[in-house]
Amino acid sequence: MYRYDNYDQTLVNERVAQFRDQVNRRLAGELSDDEFKPLRLMNGLYLQLHAYMLRVAIPYGTLSSKQLRKLAHIGRRYDKGYGHFTTRQNIQYNWIKLEETADILAELAEVEMHAIQTSGNCIRNITADHFAGVAADEIEDPRIYSEIIRQWSTFHPEFSFLPRKFKVAVTGSPHDRAAVKVHDIGLRMIRNEAGEAGFEVLVGGGQGRTPVIAKSIRPFLPKRHLLSYLEAILRVYNQLGRRDNLYKARVKILVDAVGAAQFTQMVEEEWQHIRDGYLDLPAVEIERIRAYFAPPPYKRFDGAPAEYETQLRRDFLFARWVRTNVAAHKRPGYAIVTLSLKPTGGVPGDATDTQMDAVADLADRYSFGEIRVTHEQNLVLADVEQAVLFELWRKLEALNLAEPNVGLAGDIIACPGLDYCALANARSIPVAQQISKHFGDLTRLLDIGELKIKISGCINACGHHHVGHIGILGVDKHGQEFYQITLGGSADENASIGDIVGPAFGTEQVVGAVETIIDTYLNLRQGGERFLDAYRRVGLKPFKEKLYAAH
Amino acid sequence: MPLIKANGLVDDLWTHVKDEEQLPPDGAVIVTLARWQANRDQLLARPTPLGVRLRSDQAPSAIAGDIERFDVIALEFPKFTDGRAYSSARLLRERHGFRGELRAVGSVLRDQLAFMRRCGFDSFQIPDSADAAAWAGSLRGISVVYQPATDARTTAIAARHKPAPRREVEDDEEPAPKVVAAAVEVSYEPSQVCAGYWAY
Amino acid sequence: MPQQVITANRLLDGRVVFLAANGEWSELVGASRVALDDSDAALLQAEANQAVADRKVVAPYLIPVSTEGGHITPLRYREVLRALGPSTHPDYGRPASATVAS
Repeated sequence: MYRYDNYDQTLVNERVAQFRDQVNRRLAGELSDDEFKPLRLMNGLYLQLHAYMLRVAIPYGTLSSKQLRKLAHIGRRYDKGYGHFTTRQNIQYNWIKLEETADILAELAEVEMHAIQTSGNCIRNITADHFAGVAADEIEDPRIYSEIIRQWSTFHPEFSFLPRKFKVAVTGSPHDRAAVKVHDIGLRMIRNEAGEAGFEVLVGGGQGRTPVIAKSIRPFLPKRHLLSYLEAILRVYNQLGRRDNLYKARVKILVDAVGAAQFTQMVEEEWQHIRDGYLDLPAVEIERIRAYFAPPPYKRFDGAPAEYETQLRRDFLFARWVRTNVAAHKRPGYAIVTLSLKPTGGVPGDATDTQMDAVADLADRYSFGEIRVTHEQNLVLADVEQAVLFELWRKLEALNLAEPNVGLAGDIIACPGLDYCALANARSIPVAQQISKHFGDLTRLLDIGELKIKISGCINACGHHHVGHIGILGVDKHGQEFYQITLGGSADENASIGDIVGPAFGTEQVVGAVETIIDTYLNLRQGGERFLDAYRRVGLKPFKEKLYAAH
Repeated sequence: MPLIKANGLVDDLWTHVKDEEQLPPDGAVIVTLARWQANRDQLLARPTPLGVRLRSDQAPSAIAGDIERFDVIALEFPKFTDGRAYSSARLLRERHGFRGELRAVGSVLRDQLAFMRRCGFDSFQIPDSADAAAWAGSLRGISVVYQPATDARTTAIAARHKPAPRREVEDDEEPAPKVVAAAVEVSYEPSQVCAGYWAY
Repeated sequence: MPQQVITANRLLDGRVVFLAANGEWSELVGASRVALDDSDAALLQAEANQAVADRKVVAPYLIPVSTEGGHITPLRYREVLRALGPSTHPDYGRPASATVAS
């Protein structure tokens, strides 16, 4: 993975000193709260329901074991012994003190980490495929370009006071695990007719109040033009995005208002002025960064080891875990392991300091010292030899990280919700816990099959409910928590926004509603079709009928 | 309101003239875009330097054809969250070749000065209560920059890949000048008026 | 009109606090000074604004409460969570309100 050079390290070190000075000026009264707020936001420090929340950047969701140990240490020393992994591959700490934040940032800088631009109206964390580098269908490792974009976007002097936040995601594979179509800019690696790798550029996707699938504005962009083209998009947005209404200020609103064709034209016009200039991306820099993402020293295997096959046959529980939590690796004899942060009845996406330290050790032992964070709030060890899967599984079980539910109804994505977030209208975590417990029977979970349930506590959609197969949105109705359900959303290359089924359900009824939905699916599914496929085949009607007949 | 440049507090020799005010008989004036468009000939007939002030919703293209007429262009930040003038500044410098004084006015925060400078601003209107020397000190910002901007500072990418010196320097020779050119060609010229402030 | 108390976050550590009868800021909602009418509430707000200026707290705001049964209970669930801690982690919370400030 990428390692800082002198320039990168100097930047974060100076940033820590700068923030420390800003805090001191705040405490001395030289800065009002209004003036300090954008500064602390640009360092990811929010004021939330209970305390300050610090959102630490995990660029494209990749961590070294050393970094994960530091995250564990920060949870232990400065917080209440845990952290929360988010839908943008970052980590959040909920109980941070302002007076300790500069120290935390200094500790992060020691391991090449920071909290820069994880909030504020600027370019946020660049997210990428959590199977980068190990997926068989990958064209190139998207993290190379994510790192390039990360640097270009860091303290960009022109784009630090945008109309609103700006989120970029990159996929290196045709199968999109990075949800690029619901980002402000999505980049999809493709090959042109000459076989050259480049990017399809998508703009204006997003969730929140007005969910929308991104529009493709450039079918093929050569790599050397990556930064100049992004600069053109951001410049058009910075100039023309709405400044009068916070809820209408994302780039998706602009693209919708002027139309994709005109937006494309404006970008292309601006781009003509700045292409082939100082933003041309030198091949030497691409290669320099590519070297950091070179494959690790894999052993040569012909295929799955015999003992592994035996273990699969002999141990039903192991086989079940492999079936759900282990994915095929592009190298024979290796596997991609997802560590479920969704124990039945647990808080989705939370990890204790003990778990984080243990995962760091497991990464060192079994996966070349690297861990990934997914936007579905799980962790990944991407390069595990099949020969050791059984012993790894036992260790993960002991750590409560082996719930065999990845991609199933128990693998719920939930924002922190009203329990933590000052923006929320309703709680999301207890709903996730109830659903998880209700569908705790793992045999049943497997029978239901792939089902992505995503829960947001408010319209800001940090739980990505719009792209859940079942989406749940918490709303406030007359001071009571209610939950609106959507169906048929998806975040992959066939992205779709979920359809609202009808009136919202009360707290006591949500689990029952989900049960009804699943029963309806089970009764009408054909062959082995997934929930999403069944929904796309039959539409909303059968579900709506059953739901509102029963309730 | 006080005005600072890279070296600190400076006297402001310009008068902002509101639309409803009469133009003073002489003296350097800054007028709004509307006034410029309405009274162009009258303003050009004045023997003294001329400046124009753009609101954040007024695009630089509105004055692109007349850029050499102005010795100063003031760009407004109505709220510090309104970042449009950062783009306007870069366009005025890099697209339209403005070489005069580019002034940030309105809601300007000390912690934004470094960004503004990188975008081509060279003077900054600061609050009355501000410590001018401290604010001017904030103009430099962080010593490493990742992305090219108007100020032509060497980016990290350029520094990483700068070509090695061609030969050994003899003891009594002048050392060869350090090569700081990027591996790619720079296709614009930074303002000559401002170049001195940004010599890194 | 409902009774109100004023809540804020401590500047230094961000913890939720309530303006108490003795003029201090307490982590316990039960220690809050209760405003019985508009002018009382305005006094609370003014004291809170001063505390902001004195750099003790940030983001103060008035919240409606009930004082039934001798307990100060926020009327909105958001502020119940704010006062007691997240429903998902009772161990991170605070003891429930104690007495009404008279």
